[in-house]
Amino acid sequence: MRITQGCFSFLPDLDDVQITAQIEYCLGREWAIGIEYTDDPHPRNTYWDMWGHPMFDLHDAKGVMMELDDCRKAHGDKYIRINAFDSTRGFETVMMSFIVNRPAEEPKIHMQRTDFVDRAQKYAWDVRK
Amino acid sequence: MSEDTKKEIKGKERYKAGVLKYAQMGYWDGDYEPKDTDVLALFRITPQEGVDPIEAAAAVAGESSTATWTVVWTDRLTAAENYRAKAYKVEPVPGQEGQYFCYVAYDLILFEEGSIANLTASIIGNVFSFKPLKAARLEDMRFPVAYVKTFAGPPTGLVVERERLDKFGKPLLGATTKPKLGLSGKNYGRVVYEGLKGGLDFMKDDENINSQPFMHWRDRFLYCMEAVNKASAESGEIKGHYLNITAGTMEEMYARAEFAKQLGSVIVMVDLIIGWTAIQSISKWCRDNNMILHMHRAGHGTYTRQKNHGISFRVIAKWLRLAGVDHLHTGTAVGKLEGDPLTVQGYYNVCREPFNEVDLPRGLFFEQDWADTKKVMPVASGGIHAGQMHQLLSLFGDDVVLQFGGGTIGHPMGIQAGATANRVALEAMVLARNEGRDIKNEGPEILREAAKWCKPLEAALDTWGNITFNYTSTDTSDYVVSETPLA
Repeated sequence: MRITQGCFSFLPDLDDVQITAQIEYCLGREWAIGIEYTDDPHPRNTYWDMWGHPMFDLHDAKGVMMELDDCRKAHGDKYIRINAFDSTRGFETVMMSFIVNRPAEEPKIHMQRTDFVDRAQKYAWDVRK
Repeated sequence: MSEDTKKEIKGKERYKAGVLKYAQMGYWDGDYEPKDTDVLALFRITPQEGVDPIEAAAAVAGESSTATWTVVWTDRLTAAENYRAKAYKVEPVPGQEGQYFCYVAYDLILFEEGSIANLTASIIGNVFSFKPLKAARLEDMRFPVAYVKTFAGPPTGLVVERERLDKFGKPLLGATTKPKLGLSGKNYGRVVYEGLKGGLDFMKDDENINSQPFMHWRDRFLYCMEAVNKASAESGEIKGHYLNITAGTMEEMYARAEFAKQLGSVIVMVDLIIGWTAIQSISKWCRDNNMILHMHRAGHGTYTRQKNHGISFRVIAKWLRLAGVDHLHTGTAVGKLEGDPLTVQGYYNVCREPFNEVDLPRGLFFEQDWADTKKVMPVASGGIHAGQMHQLLSLFGDDVVLQFGGGTIGHPMGIQAGATANRVALEAMVLARNEGRDIKNEGPEILREAAKWCKPLEAALDTWGNITFNYTSTDTSDYVVSETPLA
């Protein structure tokens, strides 16, 4: 099942030239790039593992791509995403996030229903490999 | 009007029983310098034949503050000067004969903190029916920071909304369930599921979906939440459905809101017609319950559309940002409903900017410091389709919900395909824009490139690619500044 989180999941997977262009867009706005990875794409899994801190002092897309290559070597069988952080007052949040690596076979998310009153359900999801 | 009748009369003469001109009573002061702490209002007025525009402006100031038609001695028991609003500038509206822009300043003591009801009871309470005016329109307002800070503002705000949904860097996508009326709960939930599964972030109840004989509200909530959660499981994304909790009483609205919360909905919706106090109450509930509040501006066209009479939507947007909503329908410019592009961008700026500069082409007559009040997510909805994606993205940027109702549900290959077409069109356009392409001009080409590998997008472009709604807008900004103000 294709997880469609992030900015570009309905497009064919981006190649490195395309990824570089998006990173340049972010750096041009003075956003700091962070790389994160996980094997748990649960919709509420907010905290993926960080591949180091967001790169506040890196202003060169090539440097980011080198980090991404290293992350892929270590976690090529996981989801990897690029996040861009803006520290401007009133935002101070992620401004862009897109997936740049997926496991060869993506897991499924299973929905669990629990009756709680009348016909109403409590819903829960769990990721199954 | 002679100069004498424009001057404030002071002392004993001022309080002789009888009738004075409003200007003589102290509601006009051409030399007045508005204080940083004043509430400012700009009215467009059309005085009756023979009524002097300055006296008319003074009357507007008077009738929207403390005046009555005659002199009353009881004014002398008060610090009356403070309660008298001051008309301080009058100028002819460029290109509109017989109309005048009149600027009025109000001391902060006139208003109760944190109450849009009180504010509006003053500003629009009496003056719009005042006989000496043929018509009046409230064009814009400026609120001092001290007053802004008495309002809690949006319960969630667009930054936190994005974090909760885990969606960044592009507009959100939605659609309104159609047909508006007649679907049973089970059929209705089907439309919701198909739209979300196809790639939308939100589906939406329409303004008049409440609890009618064909579908009671509990049924609708249950089926919609089944659809939302199932689509989330099949995409890995957080999704939502704006559950319309508009009802006849606050008690009933709270009951519906509580049920939406129990079922795990991330968002509820109300219509503008519930009124200011109800809006502030449900906003407080949403703040207390971590709920996003969607505002559908049902009914606003009755008073916002005509230039000569009513209230500009930019004022409504300001009141709603203070009152506290998270989503607000603010127009599409390119869709089926009224909206001059620049005027519409003005509304978006009111919703999203930390500070509005004066921007006459966009209809913003005052600076407005929002003092860190959270930002409202604007919603573009009504007669828009995938073929306009480049225009929508250029006009409105990333922080907007684009809602394609007919453009999703009316897709020749089905609802899921309609949703997918919109999602692919959006992502392709954001990708291209970020790559530095000129999407305004290359947009149609970018869409056609994506349509080569995305059949649903191809079908959408073939069906609607040439549909436009090019009608002249009624509500445009009359902004050419006049060389010689009247006073």
